[in-house]
This record gives sequence, C-alpha cells and structure tokens, in this order.
Amino acid sequence: MFGLLARRLAAALPTLAGVIVVTFLMTRALPGDPAAYFAGPAATREAVEEIRRQLGLDQPLWVQFGDYLADLARGDLGLSITTGQPVLADIAQRLPASAELTLIGLLIAAGFGVPMGVAAALRPNSWVDHLCRVIATAGVSLPTFFTGLLLVYVFYYQLGWAPAPLGRLDAFSSPPPQVTGFYLIDSLLAGDIETFTGAAAQLALPALTLGIFALAPIARMTRGSMLSVLSSDFIRAARAAGLSGNTIVIRYALRNALLPVVTTLGMVLSFLLGANVLVEKVFAWPGIGSYAIEALIASDYAPVQGFVMAMAILYVALNLVIDLAYQAIDPRVRIEA
Amino acid sequence: MSQPPLLSVEDLSVEFRTRSGTVRALEAISFAIARGETVGVVGESGSGKSVTAYTVMRLLDDAARITSGRIMFGGLDMLGADAGTLAELRGRELSMIFQNPRASLNPIRRVGQQIADVLLRHANVGAKEAGERAVALLAEVGIPEPSRRAKAYPFELSGGMCQRIGIAIALACRPALLIADEPTTGLDVTTQATIMDLVSELGRARGMATMLITHDLGLATERCDRVVVMHAGHVVEDAPTAALFAAPRHPYTARLFAATPRPGLALSEISTIPGGLPDLRRDDLPPCRFSTRCDRRRDACDAPPLPRVTHQGRLVACHNPL
Ligand SMILES: Nc1ncnc2c1ncn2[C@@H]1O[C@H](COP(=O)(O)OP(=O)(O)OP(=O)(O)O)[C@@H](O)[C@H]1O
Ligand SMILES: [Mg+2]
Repeated sequence: MFGLLARRLAAALPTLAGVIVVTFLMTRALPGDPAAYFAGPAATREAVEEIRRQLGLDQPLWVQFGDYLADLARGDLGLSITTGQPVLADIAQRLPASAELTLIGLLIAAGFGVPMGVAAALRPNSWVDHLCRVIATAGVSLPTFFTGLLLVYVFYYQLGWAPAPLGRLDAFSSPPPQVTGFYLIDSLLAGDIETFTGAAAQLALPALTLGIFALAPIARMTRGSMLSVLSSDFIRAARAAGLSGNTIVIRYALRNALLPVVTTLGMVLSFLLGANVLVEKVFAWPGIGSYAIEALIASDYAPVQGFVMAMAILYVALNLVIDLAYQAIDPRVRIEA
Repeated sequence: MSQPPLLSVEDLSVEFRTRSGTVRALEAISFAIARGETVGVVGESGSGKSVTAYTVMRLLDDAARITSGRIMFGGLDMLGADAGTLAELRGRELSMIFQNPRASLNPIRRVGQQIADVLLRHANVGAKEAGERAVALLAEVGIPEPSRRAKAYPFELSGGMCQRIGIAIALACRPALLIADEPTTGLDVTTQATIMDLVSELGRARGMATMLITHDLGLATERCDRVVVMHAGHVVEDAPTAALFAAPRHPYTARLFAATPRPGLALSEISTIPGGLPDLRRDDLPPCRFSTRCDRRRDACDAPPLPRVTHQGRLVACHNPL
C-alpha cells in the first residue's frame, strides 16, 4: 500500500518537473509586458525599466529560471502583482472553493451518468437508450459558459429559484469557521444549517453546469462497459444459476462495469478542471480558475504559474486517489501491486 | 413408457438474425432425457450443441428467435414460462456448467461468496449458513483446504479448480437436470478425467439427469446411457450408447467414429470428415444438411422432407442409412 503510494509519487515527479519548466517558459513567451502593466499607463520609460530591474525581468532567462526554482524550493510562488499577496496564500485561500465545486460537479455527473448508462445498457436501442444519448450529447456539446448562462437565465432570472450567481455565499451570510475549506462540510461541522443551505443554493447551478458537462463521458463509458460485461460468460452463468435480476445487474455486472469507468474518471476530472475556469468566471466563483484568468489578462506571471502547478499537483493527487479506489474494487490489481 | 421424460424437446427450431443474414442454427430437433439418465450430445464445432443448451435454459441472446417447437421440463412448458418462473427454476431444478470455467465466474467476487449467492437465492438459508454450506460444497467437489479456498478469487485458482467451483455452483441445490457444455475442454487430460468422474459420481449420488455436451464421441460413449448426434443444426441420430457404438446407422455418425482415436487404431487409420458444415445462412439449405459431404447420397436425399425414422428406440434422419 505505502510502496504503491511512494512509487506513484515518484512516477509523478517527472510530470511535475515538466510542468515547472513548461509553465516558466510559457508565461515568458506570452505577449504583454508585466513591468509596463505594473508601472501603469502614465509611467515613464525609466520608471518601467526600474520596475523591470526590481522584478528581475532584465536578467537572462536561465538566471530567472534559477531564481524561480530557488523560490519554489522555499515554497515561495512569488507575489501576485494584481492582488499584492503571495501567490501561495492566494491559491491556498481559493483552492477549496474550486475543489468543492469540481467534486460536487463530479458527484452530480456520476450520480446521473452511471444510472443513465446502466439504464441504457439494459435496454439498448430502446427509447431510454436514445433519451440518454440525446441528453449526454447535448450536455457535452454545449460550451460550459453557455450552459451556465442558460441555467442562470432560467433558474435565477426567469423562475427565481436560484440565488444570484455571485460567489459561494450571499452578501448577508458569513463563511463558516474554516476546517476543510468546503463550505458544505464546514457549515455542517459548525451545526449551521442556514449557512449550509445558503452555500448549497449558491453551489447548485455552477456544480450542475459542470455536472452536465461531465455527464456524457461517464454515461457513455458506463453504457459501453455495462453492455460488454452483460454479454460476458459469467453473466450468462449467473443467469444459469438463477440469481435474481438485482443481484446480476448490480452485484455482478455493475461492479465489474465500473472498473473502466473509475479509470476514465481521471480523464473526466481533467476535463472538469479545465471547464472550471470558465464556470467560475460565469458564477463569480472565488476559485483558482477565475484567479488565474484575471492574472493572465494582466500578464501577471506568478499566479498563472502557481495555478498551473496547483492543477498539476491536484491532478496527480486525484489520479492517485482513483488508483487506490480501483484497487479497492479489483482484487486482481491488489495482488500485482 | 409409463413415466413422461424429465426433459423433452420437440420439433425445436432456432434462428439468429444477424447483419449478414439469418442463421438457421437449429431445425426441427427432438430428443428427450429421462430422470437420472445421462445423455450425450455430440457433433462438430458449430453443429448447434451450445445453442440447444441455451435454448433449454432459456438463456439465448436477443438476436435469437425460437421459430417452432416445444420444450417440456418436469411438466413445465419452458417456452411459455415467464422470467420469474425461469429464474426460480434455474440453479435449483436445472443447472449448467460451462465450457470456459474461469470466464464463467465473476472475476472480482470470492468463489465461496459466489456459491453462497446461489444458496441464498434458492436454498432458503441465511448468510452464515450459506457460507458454511459453500465451504462444505467445496470439500465435496474435492477442493483441498476448502475454507481457505472459499476466500480466493477466480484468478488465484487453476482452470481445473475453477471448473470444480462451477460444478459446486451448479450442484449446490441438487438439480434434477445438469447441462454440462463441454465441461472439460481446455483442461489437461488428467484433470478432464477427474472432473468427469466427479460429475458422474455426484450425478449418480443425487439421482440427477445429465446432458453432456461434447465434440468427443469417445467421451460420450464412455460416460453416457444414450447419445444424440448433431450435425449443422439437425439431430441426425439418437440411440442407446451400446447400439450406436456397435453399429452407427447415420453416415455422419460412422464418420465421427472413424475420426475418433481409439486404442488399437493407428493414427494413419483415423480418417477426417470431408468438407465442412454448410453455411447456415444460406436460403437454399438442402433438406439433409450432410448431403454435400456424404458418400451414400442418392437423388432422393435432395427431396424434402428429411426422414426421421424411429426404430427400436433409435432415431436416424437419413434416406439411405447404414
Ligand atoms: N449469437 C449468435 N448469433 C449468430 N449466430 C450464432 C449465435 N450463436 C450461435 N450461432 C451460430 O449457431 C451455430 C451453432 O453454434 P453453437 O455454438 O451451438 O455450436 P456448438 O455445437 O456449441 O460448437 P462448439 O463445439 O464450437 O461449441 C453456429 O453456426 C453459430 O455460428
Ligand atoms: Mg459450444
């Protein structure tokens, strides 16, 4: 178990090194001059050069990279020019917002996608199957910002069921005392039902937006893998033994069919992390996605680098969790590991 | 016959609708199995043995259509029975063991639990007793250290062990009929013999009837009271083993015997059957599907219908039998 963990983390090191190099080069290659931005439109040429020197941007690229590495080693991701805060502090403060949104989005996607896939596979080419296909295709082909805006239009503007899309809590509530940074969990820990429902209401539409987006890959994968498992020999044998429909579908077929679905969750999560950026923008969600976009527009390198690093670490960590989950379901992997 | 047979299949036809045409997998086949009797079903690959077994179990996939016939099992009309009745029956009165033992077990469930699932479903026992009885069954099918092996997953066991698990599952509720579809294919010769001994022994002890499907005529004559010979979806001959062995009447059966290795027969004397099975998707299949491969063919063979002559308890479907 710990051996596997260590091996997985070691295997992730080259990925992280690659991410460090690429983000560094990428931000330098982007158009825009941070010194000019920071100095403001009225600044003289000399003032801009002065700031450039202060920021170390006049140094050769490899010196800048060396400084960057040294800072990273100290856990220093640099200062955000826009917020004036250390990037690490900014990200640490905003990461739970993104993580909560993404995970709830994934839960919604799996909570609907898996049953849809199963229903479709039990009656292939029936109306259930076609309906599932239409829903899933629509979900994945609509751009997330559009789905988000549509949901806001219908449920906030027209029906008035959802609160204004303005962040994690409305202006009159205060966040629960921080434990996990997930408002849903922290408010429950504090026994504050009112904040819980408030946070859930704020979360509903953006999480639904992400969920609709991630529904298609999960539903399709479940359907396909259910179909192949249902036609396999051991299901025929289970039917020959007279096992009941529920036992066959859930305990025999679904558990086997979920194995490839769990593997694809890694890919779905990386979709979601990408889609997050726009959804956060639409719903004024104070996560790291909207933070990165604002920094990018301002040619503010450090937060963008920090964002990409955080995403890479998150991605590696989530894939590790998925591997462990896979092991928990599949005994064959447990032995090999 | 005073008592009706345990299983009777009458005039059964099955087709598969596929993209490349309709496969006429079974055409008007009939046979019966009495209580406690062991009947072999033999024929080359593709002759319809498995389709027959799946039809009796009502486990055909959706592409299949039963176009004619009747299957009676212990007084129940199997083709008219609803899904609930069938599920009650399967595993309790009517069981099956499969050709590929490992693939027939749930790969991610402990084998003891898989046996217990069947007991929980049919035997009216609680989880604890089902677990204990599963271990007892493992011992009964000759698995050493049964309580440890009950916790194993299929991939941790050998093919022979997996087939023993399959037998334990099939026999858990003491069925009246066991359908064994090539239960020893893919196992080594010694394991084959022990598995077959196990099936015969447990079958005898329980007074169970067995339908033993095999492509090995030698195995069938060794183990069975009666043998049904199938070719391209037809039953071409159905006779008591001794009579069949002494004098096969259908040219195909004779060919099968000639193609079966026996002690005292040099390898060079073993002949192969010329030609192959006809394409079952053809619309113009001849009445006798063996006629193109047969050296006793006459003009009458091309005229329908295919005769099905029963004489002294044996059936031959041939115009010009031996
Ligand atoms: N699902 C299916 N769809 C289409 N054709 C099928 C299907 N299942 C079986 N068949 C056809 O039915 C015929 C009989 O097949 P079956 O599996 O019963 O042969 P078999 O006698 O069991 O052969 P083997 O010894 O190889 O197991 C074959 O021609 C096969 O192609
Ligand atoms: Mg077969």
